[in-house]
Amino acid sequence: MDFALNEEQRMFQKMFRDFVTNEVAPLAEEIDGEEKLPRELLEKTAMQGFLGALLPEEFEGVALDAISYCLLLEELARACTSTAMTISVHNGLVSKTILDNGSDEQKGKYLEPMAFGEKIGCFALTEPAAGSDVTALATRARRDGGDYVLNGCKTWASNGGIADIFLVFAITDPDVEPKGISAFIVERDTPGFKVGYREPTMGLRGLTCNTLYFDDCRVPAENLLGQEGEGFKIAMRALDFARLSLSAICLGGAQAALEAGIQFAIEHEEFGGPIALKQAIQNFIADAASEIQALRYLVYHTAWLADTGATYTRDASMAKLIGSEIAMRAANKMLQVHGGFGYMKEYAIERMYRDFRALQIMEGTSEIQRFIIARDILKEKGLVIKP
Amino acid sequence: MDFSFPKEYQLFRRMVREFVENDVRPLAQKIDREHRVPFETIERAAKLGLMGVPFPQKYGGVGAGETGYCILMEEVNKVCASTATVIGARTGIGAMAIYLDGTEEQKLKYLVPLATGEKIGAFALTEPGAGSDAAAIKTTAVRDGDYYVLNGTKTFITNGAHADIISVMAVTDPSLGARGGVTAFIVEKEFPGFGVGTSENKMGIRGSNTAELIFEDCRVPKENVLGQFGAGFITFMKTLDVGRVSLGAGCLGGAQACLEGSIQWAKTRQQFGVPIAHKQSVHFMIADMATEIEALRSLIYRTAWLVDTGQPFIKEAAMCKLYGSEVAHRCVDRALQIHGALGYSRDFWVERAFRDQRITEIFEGTSEIQRIVIASQIFRPEGVRISA
Repeated sequence: MDFALNEEQRMFQKMFRDFVTNEVAPLAEEIDGEEKLPRELLEKTAMQGFLGALLPEEFEGVALDAISYCLLLEELARACTSTAMTISVHNGLVSKTILDNGSDEQKGKYLEPMAFGEKIGCFALTEPAAGSDVTALATRARRDGGDYVLNGCKTWASNGGIADIFLVFAITDPDVEPKGISAFIVERDTPGFKVGYREPTMGLRGLTCNTLYFDDCRVPAENLLGQEGEGFKIAMRALDFARLSLSAICLGGAQAALEAGIQFAIEHEEFGGPIALKQAIQNFIADAASEIQALRYLVYHTAWLADTGATYTRDASMAKLIGSEIAMRAANKMLQVHGGFGYMKEYAIERMYRDFRALQIMEGTSEIQRFIIARDILKEKGLVIKP
Repeated sequence: MDFSFPKEYQLFRRMVREFVENDVRPLAQKIDREHRVPFETIERAAKLGLMGVPFPQKYGGVGAGETGYCILMEEVNKVCASTATVIGARTGIGAMAIYLDGTEEQKLKYLVPLATGEKIGAFALTEPGAGSDAAAIKTTAVRDGDYYVLNGTKTFITNGAHADIISVMAVTDPSLGARGGVTAFIVEKEFPGFGVGTSENKMGIRGSNTAELIFEDCRVPKENVLGQFGAGFITFMKTLDVGRVSLGAGCLGGAQACLEGSIQWAKTRQQFGVPIAHKQSVHFMIADMATEIEALRSLIYRTAWLVDTGQPFIKEAAMCKLYGSEVAHRCVDRALQIHGALGYSRDFWVERAFRDQRITEIFEGTSEIQRIVIASQIFRPEGVRISA
C-alpha cells in the first residue's frame, strides 16, 4: 500500500492549483451571475491541455492518468463547480468515449480539435421519458443508404449550448432492449439538428443543459460510434468514468465549502469571541472534515482501480453516491456556520449550496447509484435485481 | 382532549385558502424571478383583514389569536414563502412587539395602522456585529430633552426598504448590558436621521426585501420608548418567542406542499414501466415526510394553544422553529430528489421552495440559538444556568 502521489502527480496538482487560483477562482461569481463560462477561460484551459486531458499525445492530448485527472477536477471544483463540470463532460463523457470506441477515422477527425478546445463535446442521453430509465429511450435512428436518419429529442444535454460535437444515443433496433441502442457523433451544423431550450437551473449556472431536436437529421453512417447495438454498453462505460469524475468534483467542492466555513468561523465573532470557539461549530467542522477525508480515499482508490484496468463500476457509484451527499452536507453545515451571511450572494457558500444539489441528480440519481451498488453486491450472492 | 379545529377556524382557513389561490399563487414564481415585493398581494391581504390576524379587533385585528395566525402562515407558505415573510415581518414581529409591550396610545397610533395594513412594519434587532448574540448590539440611544438620539446600523432587516413603522432596539446604558441597558423604540421612517441602506441579494425569499437601516442622529420622541425603559431586551425576546410559533407554522405549510406535490408527481412520472409511486425508495421518502409533518402539525397547534390560553410556551416555541425548519429542509430536499432534474429547474416550484426554505434555519434565531433556548429552559429548573 502506498497512499502518496508520485512526483509527476504532485507536480500536476501544484500546476492545477496555481491555474485555478489565478484564472478560475476570480471568475466563479461572474460565471454564476452571467450563467456562462467566458470563452477566454475555455481557451486558457485548452492552452493548459485540460481539454485534451485524457487523450494521448498523438491527438495533442496530455494523457493524464485517472488519478491526475481527478486531481484536476478536484482543483477546478474548489473554485467553480460549473467550470469543472463543463470540462468533465467534454473530456470524460465525450472525447474519452470517442477515443475508447471510435474508428481511426473518427479519432483522427474529432479528437485533435477537441484537445485544442476548438470543438467542445456534449453528451446526449437523457430524454423526457427516459431519465433514470435509460432503456426507455424514444429517439430513433433509421438506416437509409449511407446515412442514419435521427428523429426525437434529448433533454438536459450537458454542454448543449456551447458544444460542436454531440454524442447522441438512439434506438436502431426497437425490438431489442436495451441492446438496440446505438451511439452517434453528430456535428452541430447537421441539417435537421437543432439545439433548443436551455434549462434554467438553480445552480451550476455556468453549465448549459439543453433540449436537442432531431427532425429527419441525416448522420453519415461513418459517424456511428462502435457497432450498431453497442450504444448501451458505450453509455454505461462512459458513465462509470463520469461518476468517478463527478466524485472528484464533489471532493473539491466539499473541501472548498469546509475551508470557507472554517475561515468564517475564525473571523466572525459572537458572544465575545470567534464562533470557532463554540462546540456546535467545532462539531460541524469535525464532521465535514471526517467525511471529506473518507471521500478523498474512496475517490483516489477508485481512480487507482481505473488506472490499473480493473472493473470499478461499483466503486464509482459508491464514490458518486456518498460524494454528492458529503458535498451537500458540507455546503449545508458551512452555510449554517455563516448564518445570515451564508444566504447572501456575496458569499461563495450561497453558490455552493445551489451548485452541489445538482450532484445528487446528475449522471445517475442517488437512487440509481444505490441500485447499481446493490445489484452488484447481490449478484455475487446469486440474486438478480431490477431497478 | 379535543384535537379538532373549532368551526370558526375551519372557516378562516377556507377563506385564507381562497386568498392564497386567487392572489398569492399567480404571483409566486414571478416575484421570485423579478426580485420584487408583491405590494398588490399585501393590499389585498389588508382588505381581507389578514394583516392583523392575531390582534384583538379593537386594534384593527381579526382576533384570531396565535392559532389563527398560524393557520394564515401555514396556508400562505404552502405557495409562497416570500409573501409569508412579508406578512410575518410586519405582523408576527414588527407589530407584535407593539402589541405585547406598547402603551394604549402607542397601540392606537401604531398597531392599528399596522394591523389594518395601512402601514408597513419591521423589526430591527440584528447588527453587523450582533447576529446570534443579540445582546452585543452597538446602536446607541442618548437622551436629549424630549428626544432620544439614535446612532448605529441594523442589518438583514426584513421589509427594511419600505417599512413605515419600525421597532428598534438600542443601547441606553452600556454599563448595564442586555439586562437593563437596552431599550426598545418605535421609529417612523419620516423621523430625521433615519435612512435605508443597501438591500440584500439573497438566495431565496426574493419576493421579500431585506435591507440595512442606518440611524444617524435619528431623533425619536421620548413617548416612543416601547415597553419599560431599559427592558428592551425582554420586549424583543418575548416578541421573538411568539414569532417562532408562526415561523414553525410556515415551515409546516412548506413541508406539506412538498409532500402533496411529491405524491402527485410520483403518481404521474413513469420510469421502468411504472409510475415511480410504485418504487419503495419513493414510498419511504413519502412515509418519512408524512410522519414528520404530522408530528410538526401537533407541535405547532398545541404550542399556539399554549400561547392563546396564556400558558408558558418559550421552550415549545423554540421547538416549533427548530423542528419546523428542519422538517421543511428534509421535505423539500426529498421533494427535489423525487422530481429529479425537473426539481432543479427554475421553471418548477420545487427549485424555488428549496432556496426559500434554507433561510428558515437561520432567521429569527438560528437552529443553534433555538437549541440553546430549549436547553436553557430544560436545565434552569435543574439549577443549571447555561450560557451560549
